[in-house]
Amino acid sequence: MTTINEANPQELHTTTLPTATTLSKKERMTQETAAERLERVSAAAYRIRHHALNMGEVQGQGYVGQALGAADMLAVVYADQLRFRAEDPHWEQRDRFLLSTGHYAIGHYAALAEAGIVPVEELETYGSDDSRLPMSGMSTYTPGMEISGGSLGHGLTIAVGMALGLRYQGSDARIYNFLSDGELDEGSTWEAAMGAHHHQLGNLTAMVDINALQADGKTDTVLRTEPITEKWEAAGWYTQRVDGNDVAALLTAFDNAAEQSATSGRPSVILCDTKVGRGVTLLEEREKAHFMRIEEHEWQLCREQLTAGYEGKASA
Amino acid sequence: MSATTEAPDTTAAAKPKLKTSAMIASFADPGQKTASAPFGHALVKAAQENDRIVGLTADLGKYTDMHIFAQAFPERFFQMGMAEQLLFGAAAGLAETGLVPFASTYSVFAARRAYDFLCLDAAEPNLNVNIVGGLPGLTTGYGPSHQATEDMAIFRGMPNLTIVDPCDSIDIEQAVPQLAASEGPTYLRLLRGNVPTVLDEYDYTFELGKAKVLRGGNDVVFVSSGLMTMRALQAAKALGEHNVDVAVVHTPTIKPFDAETVLAEINTDRLAVTLENHSVVGGLFETVASAVVSAGLGKRVVPVALPDEFLDAGALPTLHERYGLTVQRIVAKVLAELG
Repeated sequence: MTTINEANPQELHTTTLPTATTLSKKERMTQETAAERLERVSAAAYRIRHHALNMGEVQGQGYVGQALGAADMLAVVYADQLRFRAEDPHWEQRDRFLLSTGHYAIGHYAALAEAGIVPVEELETYGSDDSRLPMSGMSTYTPGMEISGGSLGHGLTIAVGMALGLRYQGSDARIYNFLSDGELDEGSTWEAAMGAHHHQLGNLTAMVDINALQADGKTDTVLRTEPITEKWEAAGWYTQRVDGNDVAALLTAFDNAAEQSATSGRPSVILCDTKVGRGVTLLEEREKAHFMRIEEHEWQLCREQLTAGYEGKASA
Repeated sequence: MSATTEAPDTTAAAKPKLKTSAMIASFADPGQKTASAPFGHALVKAAQENDRIVGLTADLGKYTDMHIFAQAFPERFFQMGMAEQLLFGAAAGLAETGLVPFASTYSVFAARRAYDFLCLDAAEPNLNVNIVGGLPGLTTGYGPSHQATEDMAIFRGMPNLTIVDPCDSIDIEQAVPQLAASEGPTYLRLLRGNVPTVLDEYDYTFELGKAKVLRGGNDVVFVSSGLMTMRALQAAKALGEHNVDVAVVHTPTIKPFDAETVLAEINTDRLAVTLENHSVVGGLFETVASAVVSAGLGKRVVPVALPDEFLDAGALPTLHERYGLTVQRIVAKVLAELG
C-alpha cells in the first residue's frame, strides 16, 4: 500500500493552509483528472513554500531563496511521485529521495512535513540546538532524510550504489537524487553519471535545480556549467529540460522519465530551470544571493505575497 | 676528432645488473611459504556463507585480488571504473540497501583521493562498508604516487572507522569474515599476490580489536603490525644469536587499539620498540605513544618506521634496507639501543 499522508490543517500565522489529500498513487492515476492532479500538487508546493518562510523567520535567515525556487520540484516528488509510508520512513520498498544539496534541507523539511513524515509543529526547531532539523541535512538526524548531504557531489554516487543494490535484490523501488547546477562543478557527479549509464540504472532519476546561482555568484561567472543538456545527453542519460517552476511541465517530465526507464533502462535526468525566491515577488526581485537576508518585518509580507500569488493563480 | 675512437661496450655482460622496481614486488623471502591471493579466496568463502556480501573496485580488480571474487560471483561484483569517489559513494549506497560491500583500490587513492566519500557517506552513518587498500606503506617501488606511507595517519582521525594492518595470509583469511560481520566501516591494508604465511607457526588466531603476544622475551619487547610483524619475528630470532631475548606483540587492529594488552607488555624494564610499515607520523608508533602517555607511563618507546618524507622509487629490497625495514637494520638498531 502506498499513501500520501494527510497533513493536518495547520494554523500558521495568518494563513490556514489547504489540506493535503489521502489518495494512493494508483487511486490518483485512475480517479484524478489532470487538472485535479495539477491543483493538488500546486497546493502542496504552496504549503512547502509557506513552511519554508516560517522556518526562515525562526532563524532570521537561511536558504529560503533556494527552498522557494525548488518547492515545485519537491512537491512533485513528495505529493505525486514518491512511494513511501509516512509512519515507517525505513519501509524497505520505499522509493528513495536523496538530497545532495544539504543546504536545501529547509525545503526538504518542509516537504517532509507536507508528506507527514515530520510533524509540522517541529519545523520551528529548524537549525536550533538539539533539533532533528539541522541547517544542513543529515540522515542521522532526520526521519526521511536518506543521506547526509552538504559536501556536494556525493548524492549521485550514493544513488548509483543504492540503485545497483536495490536492483540486485529484485526491488522495483526508484531512486531520486536532487542536485543543483553548482554541484555539477564537482567531478564526482560526472563519475557517477558515467557509472549510472554504464550500469544501465533505469531505476535512477536525477533532478537538477538550475537556479544559475552558487556561493560566490552567478554560475556562469564562477564555473561555466552550460551546455548542461548536452553534457547529460553525452553521458548517456535520458535528458529533459523544463521550467522547474511549472508544475504541469514537471509532472509531464516525471511521467516521461518513468515511462522511458521502464523500456530503455537508461537513467533519467530532469533539468529544472528555477527562480530563486519563486512565489514571493519581493524576493524574486531582490538581488540574488546564495544566503538571502530577509529583514524581520519582511517575513509577514513574504507570506502575504506568497498567498496572494497562489490564490490569484488558483482562481485564475 | 679521431675516426678511430673505440665505441663504448653496450653489451649486457659489460654493465652491472640493475635492480628493477617491479610494481608489485613481493616482500616474501626466497623460499618462504606463501598463499596465493588470500584476500580474494577469503572473500569468496565469506560470500558463500553470507549472501549479502558484494564486491566492487575502481579498475584495480586484478591488482587487489578482487578478480577472484568477481570470477566466483559475477552478479555480485560491480566495476566502478577509475572513479574512486564513485567507488566509495556507491559502496555506501549498496550498504544503505542492506548489502555488505567490500570495495578495493590502492591505499593511496583510498586515503588521499576519496577520503570525503568514505568519511561522510559510510563512516558518519556508520555503515558496514569495507575498504580494501592495496600497496600500503612501502610495498611498491613506484614512488610517492603509489606508496601509501601515511594512510593510517590519514584514516586514524576518522570516527567509527576500524583499521586493520594484517601480517600475513593467516591474518587476512581470518580477518575478512570478521570485517564482514562487524558493524561500521573498516579499512584493510591489503597484502596481495603471493602473501607469506607466517603466523601458522604460532599459537595465534586473528581477533578483531585484539593484540596478541606471539612470543615472550626478557630483554626487549617488539610491538608490531602488518608485514613488520614478520620482520619482527625474524629479527627476534636473529637477536637470539646475540643473546638478546625478544618478545613480540602483534597488534593487527590499529583502531580500535588494544591498549590494555600492549601496555601490559610495555610497562616493564624491557626496551620497547614499535615496528610498522608506515610513516613514523600518525601510525602505530604514535598510537602506542599516546596510549603510554595517557596511562601515565614514563616509558621510552623506540620507533622502527618509515621517515616523514616522500620516499624514493626503486627496487623494494633496496628501499626496505634504505629506510630501515629489513631484519638486518632492525637488529642493528636494537643492538645499538642496548649499547
